[in-house]
Amino acid sequence: MFSNQVGKRSNKVKNDVERGAVKKFAEAIGDLHPIYFDVEVGRNSRFKNNIAPPTFPRTFDYGVIDRLNLPTKGLIHGEQTFHYERPLVVGEEILCYSEVKKYFEKKGNFGEMGFLVLESFGEDLAGNTIFSSTSTIVISEAVRKVLTK
Amino acid sequence: MSTLTQLQVGESVKEIQLEAVSRIDLIKYAGASGDFNPIHTIDEEAKKAGLPGIIAHGMWTMGNLAKLFTPYFEEGFVKDYSIRFKGMVFLNDVITLKATLKEVEEPNLRFQVLALNQNGNEVLKGEVLFTKF
Repeated sequence: MFSNQVGKRSNKVKNDVERGAVKKFAEAIGDLHPIYFDVEVGRNSRFKNNIAPPTFPRTFDYGVIDRLNLPTKGLIHGEQTFHYERPLVVGEEILCYSEVKKYFEKKGNFGEMGFLVLESFGEDLAGNTIFSSTSTIVISEAVRKVLTK
Repeated sequence: MSTLTQLQVGESVKEIQLEAVSRIDLIKYAGASGDFNPIHTIDEEAKKAGLPGIIAHGMWTMGNLAKLFTPYFEEGFVKDYSIRFKGMVFLNDVITLKATLKEVEEPNLRFQVLALNQNGNEVLKGEVLFTKF
């Protein structure tokens, strides 16, 4: 039911790798390394600044994919990947967008499950990709029935 | 602190055992990540979704797991990080984080990473490709 959405992209949205947001995120995952928030440690590092944890892109706004109506309930996060060209640096601006990469269905323990793979990207303002990520969302048969009503 | 580059294939970095998962952990993650799905914070919503109680955000555990590599930020960076969410994490679960070096292909170190609960069940399993500078 999502097959006709494959290839659709969101608009690009500018996001800041904001100092306070990085610190709060590092605290929330219990990764209290000073490279994420101590200005002095950042300045003396090879990055000349603080960096963000690898899963920080979870916080970004990736824009809206037109008419991709995902339910707000009953979704299962099955898999997640991140690929980096380099770590994200505090203070930089990133253009983010998402794309519907693929959709397939297969039989599982709970009936016919749908698997929706969304790929997300973060670029610098010159258009160079800094990171990409994929999220595999599992949609149960029960939820899909509600959607088609 | 020992370095990742001294590690031999088959060896692991020092594992981390987290404090028992608390509601405030998940409230903080909801706020910091912007993921306010109520099955992670509100009992009634979790029950309505057919769960025995609130469950941790998968991304909370995935975020925690990456900290095994943070001490080595001057040696390299996490180039690839892939995870399969294999089991749910409930309140009061005690999660242990592990990373074992599987392969060295300069400049890349390939690790298997795992998060286990107090019963030894895998809740997250995946790989980290750590690229040396």
